[in-house]
Order: sequence, then structure tokens, then C-alpha cells
Amino acid sequence: MSGTFVGMPAFPEAAREAVADPTLRGNLRHATHTIRAKRAAAVAEVSDWAELREAGKRIKDHTLRHLDRYLVQLEEAVTAAGGTVHWAADAEEANRIVTRLVKETGESEVVKVKSMATQEIGLNEALEAEGIRAYETDLAELIVQLGKDRPSHILVPAIHRNRGEIRDIFRAEMGEWGRPAPEGLTDTPAELAEAARLHLREKFLRAKVGISGANFMVAETGTLVVVESEGNGRMCLTLPQTLISVVGIEKIVPTWRDLEVFLQTLPRSSTAERMNPYTSTWTGTRDGRAGEGDGPRAFHLVLLDNGRTDTLADEVGRQALRCIRCSACLNVCPVYERAGGHAYGSVYPGPIGAILSPQLRGTGSEIDASLPYASSLCGACYEVCPVAIDIPEVLVHLRERVVEGGTVTREGNKVVLKPARGHAAERAAMRAARWAFARPGALRAGQRLASRTRALHPRTLPGPGRAWSAARDLPAVPAEPFRDWWRRTNGGNAEEGTTK
Amino acid sequence: MSSRELILGRVRRALADVPPDDTPYEDAVARGYLREHGERGVEETVELLAENLADYRAIVHRCGEDELPSLLARLLAERKASTVLVPSGLEESWLAGTDVARVADRAESGPHELDAVDSVVTACAVAVAETGTIVLDGGPDQGRRRITLIPDHHICVVRVPGQVVSSVPQALERLDPGRPLTWISGPSATSDIELDRVEGVHGPRTLEVILVG
Repeated sequence: MSGTFVGMPAFPEAAREAVADPTLRGNLRHATHTIRAKRAAAVAEVSDWAELREAGKRIKDHTLRHLDRYLVQLEEAVTAAGGTVHWAADAEEANRIVTRLVKETGESEVVKVKSMATQEIGLNEALEAEGIRAYETDLAELIVQLGKDRPSHILVPAIHRNRGEIRDIFRAEMGEWGRPAPEGLTDTPAELAEAARLHLREKFLRAKVGISGANFMVAETGTLVVVESEGNGRMCLTLPQTLISVVGIEKIVPTWRDLEVFLQTLPRSSTAERMNPYTSTWTGTRDGRAGEGDGPRAFHLVLLDNGRTDTLADEVGRQALRCIRCSACLNVCPVYERAGGHAYGSVYPGPIGAILSPQLRGTGSEIDASLPYASSLCGACYEVCPVAIDIPEVLVHLRERVVEGGTVTREGNKVVLKPARGHAAERAAMRAARWAFARPGALRAGQRLASRTRALHPRTLPGPGRAWSAARDLPAVPAEPFRDWWRRTNGGNAEEGTTK
Repeated sequence: MSSRELILGRVRRALADVPPDDTPYEDAVARGYLREHGERGVEETVELLAENLADYRAIVHRCGEDELPSLLARLLAERKASTVLVPSGLEESWLAGTDVARVADRAESGPHELDAVDSVVTACAVAVAETGTIVLDGGPDQGRRRITLIPDHHICVVRVPGQVVSSVPQALERLDPGRPLTWISGPSATSDIELDRVEGVHGPRTLEVILVG
């Protein structure tokens, strides 16, 4: 398994392998069904869920509509508290900034808190290329890193692995990276967690540089928030001397008070807990203040664009930037449950990935153009979303963009997309339908012809239509067109054998 | 052009559809949600805190102010702790009943030094009943963040009912964002293996909470 998403085939092709893998299907089914029921129970505990969801949506929408103002306010507050703010227009610039900051400390290894933003920009690979080793410390990220694997879920990147596979990875790989797995390690989750504790502890204790993302940034106070479970976050945020946080510009909330909404909705939506075990908040550094020596002496915040402003420019699509990365939409999605996360070709899989990746990266590649179609539009994702992102609406919007082309923003510039190739047959069929429906005579003649030739109809479509009919039955044509039947029977009143 | 100007320029162009007189923050955010869930008396709120702490595998004790030193002595003895970390401003009398060797929370203590300590005793800033959460704000009786992270056994003393609030919104009102905060709900845990919760990863694997008062 390669550790990169570059050059991924389109979703249907990428999903084929996963769908045919019974172990993977079993792992995903077990995990998503476990969390689904628990989440529903955790949400049912609070009577004002609908109001919290609405407030979360409004806070995020308001922030996005005034993002320039809040970014400047955040920068001022972080700087006033002793932090340093950097701006990165794309992945390459963010990686360059972080690499330089690490090199300035003279260190050649860093410990990392799980962070989607650093996954997105490929930070570990960029650091590796410069001779800096990045250790993932979240249990699932560790499993992915040791297994030379790719993440397949936002919250639990190793969701595609079961306990037996995790034990095998730990036994085979831990020794390469540091302390080997304990002798006789079994596959009980408690023992596996203990093995991770022992393996990572030496790294935490000697680490001089920590790298994190953040769940929220408070503009008015300059406070960053990391929500976690294991304590690896606390280790990385408090023990090193230098802390570098790479955070997407959409992670801002205006006020301290706004956290009262998200600290209620995020834990219940993600791990189905009333509250996650650990939440850390910090504002700059403690240098020169009470409690000096508590936490890093230097704090750097790298604000990341990397396609977010392009997404913001789309009035329908910008709601995807409300996402708080809870992963509830993945856990309820029938497509995700069967296809798994890797087929989405991005660190953001599932329904949110299907609308986020094609907006952050554009619809230029085969995988990104196919993602808006990786959905049955059932709407379960919208229903569970704690910030009410109408994912089906954005999916349909992006399908339209792929098929019809149009004006979009890429790297801050307006560009006109051509209609995608590969949808020619669909467009031709739609044009033909429009022509026929506008001409009753032609429609009648066509329907009668279809009815008379019924016996000769193929079971599958030829050419590009084959992909459609491979998994579906073609609709049967009735022996008599409906409108002929209606006329013959006087709207059903004269039908033989019917009693009125 | 700097990346800062570049990004801010992109943001402004992206928001060309937003009118200058867009609804201000105060009116844009609907706060129809509750300040707390359900109606409870003071004692019921403390009960709920105890229940929710225990639900996430914290070990909960209750005692009066005068019983605290002997309870702390007993818990440290049961744990067979030979050293205990003590924040600089911890109430002197609390540890009067034990002769376990004390380790001070000092700015220059490194992680390896703290890793050799068995237990830590702290107070807290506030506790949240609905979620079973204790919050530390680095105050003198709580110490630096790392002292409640590296030792494997944390005893946290909550003054009831004074430090107990019902809900997350009420807790945030009481807290100072300028201080480094650690919200703790049970011992460290993970859901990373098959999305099932397991207690005991990097943080203290045993969390004992004493509700005193």
C-alpha cells in the first residue's frame, strides 16, 4: 500500500477492490454500526440538540462571511499573547515554513498531535525529505504510520484495521521506530493501547518540538483549542519547548462564548461521548506571565489557505467550510460503509470528503471529478451533521459544475471550466429527452415503437451505458404505453374486470 | 505581495456577495439552546457530577473538609505511592496526614524527572456536572499542566458545591481564556480500535476525584 493519494483512479474503480474485500467490509461495518448507535444515544441525551446545531451553523456562517476581519483579529490576539503568526497560501508554503521553524530549533525529530491539516499538506513527507522525522502519536495515526498505510477515516484513520491486524503491525514494525512491542502481545484493545503507551512515552519525554492542528481558534482572545482522548495531545502541547500549530483559516470562531456550542456538539457527534477525555486550550505562551515554564516557550501559528478561499468564493459550496471534522457523516454513510475511506483519494473521505476535496483541489483530476457522484444522495449525512451542512445540496451543485462547466475560483483567480468529458452520452440522452417531451406526437410514436419491440430489448446497455446497467436492471417497457391505455379505457373506467 | 495580503485579498474577493451591512454578530447567532439541561437542586447537581465522573471510569470519593487529610493519606497508601507531586499553592493541611515524599512543581523540572513520580494531588478550577468534567486552569493549587499529565495517578479535589456548575456554558463563563486550561473527563482513553472505548493510554490511567464539603 502506498502512502500517497496522488494519481488516484476515479471513485468507482478505486472502490471496486474495497467492496470485494470481505475483511475490510466486516471491519467497517462493525466499527460504523458500533458508533452509530452510540452517537444517537449521546445526542438524544440533550433536549436542545436542534438549537445547538442551528447555533453552530450560524456561528460558522457568520464567521465565514466576515473571515478577513476575524483573521486579522486573531492574528493580533495571538501576537499580543506572545505567539508568532505565519500565513501559508498553499501546502508547499506551509511545509516550507514548518520545516524552517523546526530547523531553527536545531532538532531533527518532532512529535505530532493528530491533525487533518498536516495530513492534507503532506507535512510528514516534506519533513522527511529535509531529514526531519515526524512521529505520529495518536493511536490510529501510529497504526497508519507503522503500517505504511493511508488514513481512511477523519477521526479514526485506522478504522479499516481490526485488532488482529493492529497487533501484527505493532509486532512487526514498532522495533523499527523505537521501543518494540512487548513480548507475547495479544489483540485485546487494552494491551494494544498499553503497547502504544510504552512505545511513545520515550518520544514524548525527549521531544523538543511539537506539531499540532487545532479544532478551534478564538478570534477575540487568540486562544487555540485541541479536543482529544488519549493524552498524546496534552503531551505534544505542553512538554516540547517549541509548538507549531498548522490550522486551516476556517477554524475560527469569533468569541470565547461560542465554544459553549461546539464543546457540546463535537464530542457527542464524533466519539459519542458527553465529553472527550481531554480538551486543551492555550493562549500564546506563559513566558513572562504567572505560571512561567508551563508549556512551550515559543508558539507558532501557521494559517493555511490551500484552496479554502477558493471554496469560500462558491456561494453554495462554502458551507463545507463549516465542517468541524467530527466524522458523523462518514459513520452513517451507506457508500462509505461499503467502499471504505481509501477510495475517496483524499485525507477527507466520506460525504464531507466528497464535497470538500473537489472544492479544495478543484475538479481537474479524475478522482476529484468523480467524487460528487460517490453518493446515493440519501441525506443521512445532512441529518447527523452538527453544523447542518447540506451535503446533498453541494453534491448536486458540484455534479452540475462537472457536467456543465462554468466559472470557478482557483488559487484566487476566476477561471472558466469546460464541461467534463465522459458525460457526452448523458448529455446527449438528456437533449433527446428534452426534444421528445416537447413533441407529443414523436413521444407517442417512440413509446409505441418501444412497446412493440419489447421482446428484442437487451438486458444491458451497450457502450458507455454498460457501467450504469452493470449494477441495475433496465426498467421494463410495458406492453402498452400509459397514454394509449388511458385513452382506450377512458381513464380506467372502462377497464375489463374493474368494478367502480 | 506577502502571503498575508494574498490570502486576505482572496478572502475579500470571495466574499463580494456579502453586503457591507450584513447582520452583525450579536443578531446573526441564534442562541435558542439551554444554559443547562433539566432542573436540579444543589445536591442533585453534585450527585450528577459524581455519577457522570464514575460513568467515564473516574473513581469518586466524598468526604467532609476535616476528613480530607486522612482520605488523601489512605488513597496514597493504597496506591503504594512513595512520591507525590504537590503544586506550590496546595492547601498545606490536605497532605498533613501522609508522610509520602513530596516533590515540588518547579519551572525547571524536566519530563524525565516527573516520570519517576508516582502520584499527583491537585485542586481544580471548576467541575461540570452534566459532562462529568473537571477543569484545571494552572492556578497555584493546580500547578503546571505537565504535573497532572506524566504521573500515572491523579487525585483531584473538588470543593462542593462551590466549584460545581451544571453545564458547559456555565463553566466557560467562569473560566479565564488567558490561562492554559485542561478539561479532564475520566482517565485517558481511546476509541481508535474498532471505535470501541478503552481506558488508559498516555495520560494518568487512574483518576480519583474527591468531592469535599
